[in-house]
Amino acid sequence: MGNNIKTVFYRNLWGENPVIRQILGICSALAVTNRTVNSLVMGVGLMFVTAFSSLTLSALREHIPDRIRMIVQTLVIAAYVIIVDIFIKANLPEISKALGPYVGLIITNCIIMGRAEAFARKNPPVISFFDGLFAGIGYTVILLGIALIREILGFGTVFGFNINFIDFTKWTIMVVPPGAFFMIAIFIWIAAGIQNRRLKKKEAK
Amino acid sequence: MTPQINPFIIFFASIITSNMVLSNFLGMCSFISVSNEFKTASGLGKAVTLVMVFTTVINYVVYQYIVLPLGLEYLRYVVFIIVIAASVQIIELAMDRFLPELHIKLGIFLPLITVNCAILGISLFMVIRNYNFWQSLLFGLGSGLGWWLAISTLAAIREKTGKSKIPQGLVGPGLTFIIIGLMALAFMGFSGIFVIQ
Repeated sequence: MGNNIKTVFYRNLWGENPVIRQILGICSALAVTNRTVNSLVMGVGLMFVTAFSSLTLSALREHIPDRIRMIVQTLVIAAYVIIVDIFIKANLPEISKALGPYVGLIITNCIIMGRAEAFARKNPPVISFFDGLFAGIGYTVILLGIALIREILGFGTVFGFNINFIDFTKWTIMVVPPGAFFMIAIFIWIAAGIQNRRLKKKEAK
Repeated sequence: MTPQINPFIIFFASIITSNMVLSNFLGMCSFISVSNEFKTASGLGKAVTLVMVFTTVINYVVYQYIVLPLGLEYLRYVVFIIVIAASVQIIELAMDRFLPELHIKLGIFLPLITVNCAILGISLFMVIRNYNFWQSLLFGLGSGLGWWLAISTLAAIREKTGKSKIPQGLVGPGLTFIIIGLMALAFMGFSGIFVIQ
């Protein structure tokens, strides 16, 4: 497969979507999806970190000795995470409180390490930047999907706006942790189902 | 400042009601990928518990006596990561020298643990909640044991489901998440017994 922007885009958003197909970065995907606003902030933060750490690591790829590349990757990622953390703390203090330690945990988010190992190590900077960016978008889209359903059913709000003109009983299970596990299971199920059907069609041809 | 909670309440709460993986979603990656087989899962659980207690104590000391006095709070992520990576290395070396049998059993898991977000998460929670030394120590120990309990339970259930007939799209991660969801519901049944935070 070539590495132009289009294939990178398709691969990160669907074919190898980090959350629902590769099951990476699940920790934060589950923890911050009780509110859409939190997921959006988290998603944008992660997008920023993956994109720029991929860019940096790809630019440095010929200078990093193979043996210590893990620690170099971690430090580069940590540097960008600190920027994101300080930015969120300064401008969105309430969301920073709600996200708690999960912003810091972007460092150990497997998506970023995964992109750095699998892509940025072997490809030039610009395309690595887009690869990281699209991986971040793939993550954010899924997060928003899960968060939207959880927030509507659990709190009766969308992005914090009340939608109580539609009257229904709130689902407490969507607010508590098990709801997150069930939602992500459903998303994975749907994705796997679609993929299986496509494969069958291909085989039939 | 320091919350006045009995450290033992923190200990039991972090095993059951605020279980690291089932209510805080930490350490999911290895939780999903290393839970096919009971024996390996249990081994990883032991290794995580060991590293968690170690790193919580070291991170507490480093944070209180080096990072805070120097006013370097914003560097805490980097400091914690380096401490974790270094202590995993030291534990591995020490184990190889003094407990070679245990090293053969747990050795393969140790490098994996460096990137386990539960370990970093514990240190961050410790800082955010302002725990004192004993609270941190028992919090680390309890969280490790809770993680071990959760991954062994999941692995035991998954070994059984491997033989049953399930919808094709659910095979693998899908079913695992549903099992974890049900486990989380079961653990929530204890809520109200211990409260932390």
